[in-house]
Formats: sequence, C-alpha cells, structure tokens
Amino acid sequence: MSAADPTPLLSVKDLVVEFSTRYGPVRAVDNVSFDIYPNETVGIVGESGCGKTVTGLTLLRLIPSPPGRIVQGSITFQGKDLTRLSEKQMQALRGAEISMIFQEPMTALNPVFTVGNQMIDILRRHKGLTRSQARQEAIAMLDRVGIPVPKKRIDEYPHQLSGGMRQRVMIAMALSCDPKLLVADEPTTALDVTTQAQVMEQIVKLQDEFDMSMILVTHDLGVVAESCDRAIVMYCGSIIETAAIGDLFERPRHPYTKGLLQSIPRIREEKLAQLPIIPGMVPDLLHLPDGCRFADRCSRVTDECRRAKPPLETDPLTGRGVACYHPVP
Amino acid sequence: MSAGRDDALLRVDGLKTYFPVRGGVLLTAKSQCKAVDDVSLHIGQAETLGLVGESGCGKSTLGKTLVRLIKPTEGNILFDGVDIGRLSERQLKPHRRQIQMIFQDPADSLNSRHTIGNILEEPFIIHGIGDSAERSRKVADLLDIVGLPAAAAERFPFEFSGGQRQRIGIARAIALNPKLVICDEPVSALDVSIQSQILNLLLDLQERLGLSYLFIAHDLAVVKHVSDRIAIMYLGRIMETGGADEVYERPKHPYTRALISAIPEPVPGGRRQRQILEGDVPSPIDPPSGCPFQTRCPHAEPQCREQRPALRPVRAKTGEEHEVACHFDL
Repeated sequence: MSAADPTPLLSVKDLVVEFSTRYGPVRAVDNVSFDIYPNETVGIVGESGCGKTVTGLTLLRLIPSPPGRIVQGSITFQGKDLTRLSEKQMQALRGAEISMIFQEPMTALNPVFTVGNQMIDILRRHKGLTRSQARQEAIAMLDRVGIPVPKKRIDEYPHQLSGGMRQRVMIAMALSCDPKLLVADEPTTALDVTTQAQVMEQIVKLQDEFDMSMILVTHDLGVVAESCDRAIVMYCGSIIETAAIGDLFERPRHPYTKGLLQSIPRIREEKLAQLPIIPGMVPDLLHLPDGCRFADRCSRVTDECRRAKPPLETDPLTGRGVACYHPVP
Repeated sequence: MSAGRDDALLRVDGLKTYFPVRGGVLLTAKSQCKAVDDVSLHIGQAETLGLVGESGCGKSTLGKTLVRLIKPTEGNILFDGVDIGRLSERQLKPHRRQIQMIFQDPADSLNSRHTIGNILEEPFIIHGIGDSAERSRKVADLLDIVGLPAAAAERFPFEFSGGQRQRIGIARAIALNPKLVICDEPVSALDVSIQSQILNLLLDLQERLGLSYLFIAHDLAVVKHVSDRIAIMYLGRIMETGGADEVYERPKHPYTRALISAIPEPVPGGRRQRQILEGDVPSPIDPPSGCPFQTRCPHAEPQCREQRPALRPVRAKTGEEHEVACHFDL
C-alpha cells in the first residue's frame, strides 16, 4: 500500500499554522510533516484542540484568514505547492482534485437549495456539463452512495433528510468530480452507531471504487482501527506518533498513545473497578511548556523531557515514527 | 448485585410520556409523539442500570420524567415506595433531593453568571440547609470530593475545561446526598482521556456514597463498563434488559445484536463481519404497527407487523434476569 509506491500523492513539510487571538498567536499546527500515498487511508487522530481539524482544513486552504495564517511549510499535491496557489487556482482544485466532507452535514449543506441544485452547481463548474447532464450525473451519484429513490430525493431540501442521508449527500457531492484525495473530518461523529456503521462501510467501499486516497480526521480510535492503513497521532499541534495500524494498536510507543488506548472502555473485557487514566489535562495552547507537551501528564517523564521538545524520529524502513525521548519499549 | 423488582429503590411501571404535536393555524394538538411508551424498569440500592439507545429513542425523556422535569402521561414511578409520578410540585419537594441529575453538556447546565461557589450552594439554600458558614464548608467538601481545588469556588464556569465542568455538575448532583443520580450522557461531550477520569469518579462516588445510577448513553462500551444491568431502548420502548454481561454476551433481540455489531472496536485487522441495519429509525409520531423494530429487522415476519411483542423472560445462563421484547427465540 504505502511503502510500495515511492511517489506520494500529497506531501506536507514543516507545516506551521497560527491563529492570532487577543492573547497572542496560537500555534494550532506546529511543524507537521507527513506523506499520503495513492489509494491509502490515513487516520489523523487526537483529542479536541490537537490540531487535527486545522491540519485537514489547511490542506484545502480552508482556514479563515485572518485570523489563521500558514506561517511556514509546504503542501505538495501532484507536484504543485498548494500554499503558493492563488485563491482562484485553489477553487479549481477544491471539489475536483481534493474534496472534503465535514462532521455536521446540516451546517455544511445549504439549507435553502435542494440537494440537486447544490450537486448540479459543482458538476457544471468542474466538469462543464449542461444542466440536464449534470442532473443525470447527480442522480447516478446519489444512487452510488446508497440513497434510495434518488430521483425523488434530488429535489428535496437538506432538512427533509435524516442525518445519515445528509452525510451520504455530502459524500456524493464530494466524490462527484472524482477527486484524488478525500479529507473526511469526523464524518460519522454526529451519527448514531448503527448509522455510523452504514456510512463508514459506504465510504470505504467508494474509496476503493473511486481509486482515491483518504485522510480520516477523527477522535474515534475504533473507527481508525477498522478503516485506516496508517495513523498519525497528534497532541497539542504536533505529530507525536505515526505507524501502520497494526503496530500502533498492538505496540504503541508514545506514552500518550498508550494511555489513550488503555483508557477506552473495551466492550469485550470484564468490568474493571477503575479504568486506567491519563492524569491531568491538555495544556493551554497559549502557555505551552518548553519541552515535551505531554511531560506533565507522562509517567515516563525525566528532566530531559522538560528541556527540549522531542523531535519526531522516523524509521526510514518502516515509516514508523515517535516523538519521545523515552518511548515505550 | 441485582436487587429484585419488589425491593428496588426505584420501580417504574407502564410509564408513558407523550408530547402533543401541534399544527395548523390554531396550533391544536394533531397527534402525539410517544417519546416514552410503556416502559417498566427497576433500579436497586447502589446499583447501576445502563440505558442504551440511539438519538430520539426517548432515553433522555425517560431520564427527565424520572426526576419529574417532565410530568408523565401515564404510569407509576415508585421511589422508596412513594409514587412520585403523581405528586404535586409542593408534595414533590422533599423527594426531589433524593433524585438528582447530571447532564451531557456541563457548559449549558451551569449558570455562566454564577461562581462555582454560588452554583454549589444553591441546592442547600433551596432546601434550607445550614447557615452561610456551614454552606461554605459543605461547598469546600464537595469540591474536594470531586477533585477540584477549594479556590474553584471563587471562579466562573468559563474558567474551567469540559472535564472540570462535568466535575462541578457531579458535585452539584451529589450535594444533597441523593439516593439516585440520573446520568444523562455524562461523558459523551468529553475527550477519551478525560472520559475515563469522569467514569472513574462516578464509580468511586458510587462506592463511597452508596449511590444508585441510571446511566443513559448511546455508547454501549461505556455503558457496559459502568453498569450492573442494562436496558436497550428503541422508539420509546425497552427491547431487551438484563445483566450487563448477559445481554452483551447472549443478546436475544435483533436490535441489540445490530447495536453490538455496529460498535467500532479499537482493534486493528479490518472490519469484522458486521450486521448492517437498513434504513433509518421511524418517527415516534407515527411509529410502525406491531413491533417498533419490524421495519428494519432482518428476521421480521408478518406476525411482527400485527402484534406488538411484550417483554418476556428468557432463560439466562447465570440465572440472572434477562427479558426480551421479540416474538422469536433467536
């Protein structure tokens, strides 16, 4: 999957994204580098505020600016550095080459236009179809994402659809121009488990059919374990661990990853008196510690950890990386 | 662990909570939304009953009805032998302190203009307990119990993180030494690493104070972790109930099976063979005839459309109680 193909589809290097606030600049993404290969699914995991969503949005240059700003770094997609493209060039790319689906389909869809209107717009713009061709194409797409009676549904408004249906419409819109890369930001978080299972199944099936790569941004390690080839774990704006799924779940090396995996209640296991926890909480992004950002919550902390932030050391052979001076053996 | 139905702390029989659905120019009631439709359950002393279901199944309405934030349409809520479902507000007041509630979003359920001290003192003022000095002492004790510094009393809710706010919500709920706490999705809004801290706090408090919980959540893994018994709810009705391990290991209802199979597990190795339900949950305003689950059930027979299955006991391996509302033995 990943190692076999030498040319990455997307290559992010030393990306830094800052937001200016009343209290000073906040670094939401701090020196993040990663590659995405063709046909690969990579999960970006982490808790609220770790920078996973901002990373996803930055790939499509969707962060509001101001207050957001790409301070440094490059995003190379099919040979082009996206950070240097004009807004007009980006518009041609969004939806056509790179698409995104969002957590809350009700806010991502326009409530005053029918599903059909919104889909036809995209198809006409990117594919240059006529209105009636675009309508046929939109109906075919709705059918592919598993919407029953697409001929009828296409003329409905978003509020007439259930949550799962709305997310399917979002997926149909995102895939309608055959993108090479799909960024899915918490695509099933707002859905119920049974609907989540339906939608994830559909996304994975379509990814295969459309021959595209996917970045799955989520806090749900269960979803990552089941759908991704590789995962990137973020904490306080930085990547702290990256590994193939099997390695990450079976042998996590960063103490944070390990703690996170242990603190999830597992349905298969016996009821414990107490769950293992990670003590404390995520530091304030405005007042980050000098050294490792996880130091105050870490059981393996030493003086070294508090002096300088550990860099992400990646093994060139396995692609496995961890940013820790004292990783779990 | 599980107390019998008769000596339970809380016993609910045939509870119905219907909301009028208004329409037309005069907003007259056109039909009813059957949010809670004929629910019976019981919770014993120091026991946790987990209530699981998807959005709109009526689990939160059931919780709110039990603390009488909503008046039931029909049925009994026997708490410590008193039917609190029928009491007037005035009669209810002495009983209110016995049943408290923790809400999902601690940011919404704390008054943003009050200090934490004010928020935690309020239950004592309402129930006329202690003088000012004694109340401050009690507030300090509460903060200590939930693991917050005493200085927190001077601060406002926005100064706290989600996990800390939920600790404040818990402190408020246990202030009056209740016997039963209704926890409505208490950890759903929290991050994984904070979620486990709050779950541990709830388990710890249960042990120290002998609390009973009704733990409402959509996450079956979390519910199974904290509960002695669980009840699965769908479209206002209980579909299956029994010991937590029993229901999880030997689910009898097709809905319970689908729910368990849909949980994404943090175990790599691809998706398991999964039973994916078709379609969406029907509207509780116009529920299907017969079994509420028949429109999505892979085993549905003509009988399911005509006859509504009642909860009936099934033989559990461990001899625990286990009931299912399905015509068939699956």
